[in-house]
Amino acid sequence: MAAEGALAPQREAGREPGERNAIVVARGVTRTYASGTRALDPVSLTIREGEFLTLLGPSGCGKTTLLNLVAGLDAPTEGTIEWWGAPVPPATGDAHRIGCVFQSPTLMPWARVRANVRLPLDLAGAPRAQSDAAVDAALARVGLDGFAGAFPRELSGGMRMRASIARALVTGPSLVLLDEPFGALDEFSRHRMDDELAAWWRDASLTIAFVTHSIAEAVYLSTRIVVMAARPGRVIADVPVDAPWPRGNAFRASPAFAAQCVALSELVARASEGGHG
Amino acid sequence: MAERAPLPRGLRIAAPLLVAVLMVAGWHWFVKAYALPPWLVPSPRAVLATLVADRALLAASLWVTLSIALAAFALAVVAGVAIALAFAQSRWIEASFLPYAILLQVTPIVAIAPLIIIWVRDARVALVLCAAVVALFPVISNTTIGLRSVDPGLADLFRLMHASRWQRLTRLQAPSALPYFFAGLRVASGLALIGAVVAEFVAGTGGQGAGLAYQILMAGIQLNVPRLFAALVLIAATGVALFLVVDLCAKALLARWHESELDPARR
Repeated sequence: MAAEGALAPQREAGREPGERNAIVVARGVTRTYASGTRALDPVSLTIREGEFLTLLGPSGCGKTTLLNLVAGLDAPTEGTIEWWGAPVPPATGDAHRIGCVFQSPTLMPWARVRANVRLPLDLAGAPRAQSDAAVDAALARVGLDGFAGAFPRELSGGMRMRASIARALVTGPSLVLLDEPFGALDEFSRHRMDDELAAWWRDASLTIAFVTHSIAEAVYLSTRIVVMAARPGRVIADVPVDAPWPRGNAFRASPAFAAQCVALSELVARASEGGHG
Repeated sequence: MAERAPLPRGLRIAAPLLVAVLMVAGWHWFVKAYALPPWLVPSPRAVLATLVADRALLAASLWVTLSIALAAFALAVVAGVAIALAFAQSRWIEASFLPYAILLQVTPIVAIAPLIIIWVRDARVALVLCAAVVALFPVISNTTIGLRSVDPGLADLFRLMHASRWQRLTRLQAPSALPYFFAGLRVASGLALIGAVVAEFVAGTGGQGAGLAYQILMAGIQLNVPRLFAALVLIAATGVALFLVVDLCAKALLARWHESELDPARR
């Protein structure tokens, strides 16, 4: 867990500590499956309001496991997780303060896009007129205004993911968790979705926790990268990305971007050599 | 695996009709070529003539058999869905009762029909019960599998949203089960008709409430083979009609979203 000198300065470098409120605090969480497989060694993680946090690591490093623990989809074997200072799982109302986007769009194939996006509001029993307005706004935000009446199978992969994101945004959450949402998209669509995601994050002052195994995507999007390694899953570094916004192709082409990508790549490679795998 | 090209709509209707024409023509030729007597194999024309001549008798019997089959089908669907819902609620209920559902399925209806007919006073009700028993299992089995075949990602989402059990059932499990449910209905519709005919054979109800099975039985005894054929044709046509009605319902509900009913390609 050695800090990597200039590469991994203290977590709060570049920001005043305590400036932002903690939304999620995980303390010493581990996850061991019934089979005895240790998916996650003790991890402590704080997600602060307004940040774009990325969990970066190779397959099997426990980044999805960690995100599921944060989402309340899975319970830690040891350790505690708090949302807004209260233990998970919290009261029903809190479910709407966190939006989740999975690796696949997970839309209901029998329901039109409108009904899919409205689902979280329907489940909460929101009045129809009010939720319809929220659905229209969410669809407009992800650029699907013309497709409310379409069925998921009539949409492209990228559009399905947009619908999935609209569903996560429709409740007006303060934290959005995304688990490799663009992994199945081609690189052109992925770059475009990355740019739009960054714009939504900035416009709506969201907090985002994002999982990816793409180093370039992590550097491009994040304000902070938590680097993980596999076997057992653990955190090996916590790296801020200080590039200014908005970031575009100029940032992708900059030496700073390349240097950070290379440094992260070496960090992960060294951890795998030194690891048990 | 090569993608099979969809058939144009017209051809999907024309192709089976062509097969029917060929079969009737072959049948006609066979009877003529071997000069078969009508009490052995009647010609298609003789069967048609009997259908017209005995139309009052056959229509009354058809209505009896059809009404029994429809009532049995409805009963099997309602009971089957209720049982599947109970199974889906708990693994305990499923584990405890599934063997008996299978027992009901593997016991030949001819073996239990006499019992049901003895126990139930009203003959019509007894026949409906027998036919429903035959049609029940595919509804239970398919609907149970369907209610369990929920996309795990969607199940996670519903859990995250703190969906109630009722919301999960109505908004997630029921729509997920629909394609499986209809697959069960297709089988059950035919089985309800078979059950109605077989039960009537066992019961041997004659007179006012005589169904097509009774007409077949009597025609066989009297060596009235053209009428026997006419009754068979009616049963077959009823079976196909029932299947098509179920198929139309499935199409109406699934056409927009499920792979099995995407129009016009049937995969």
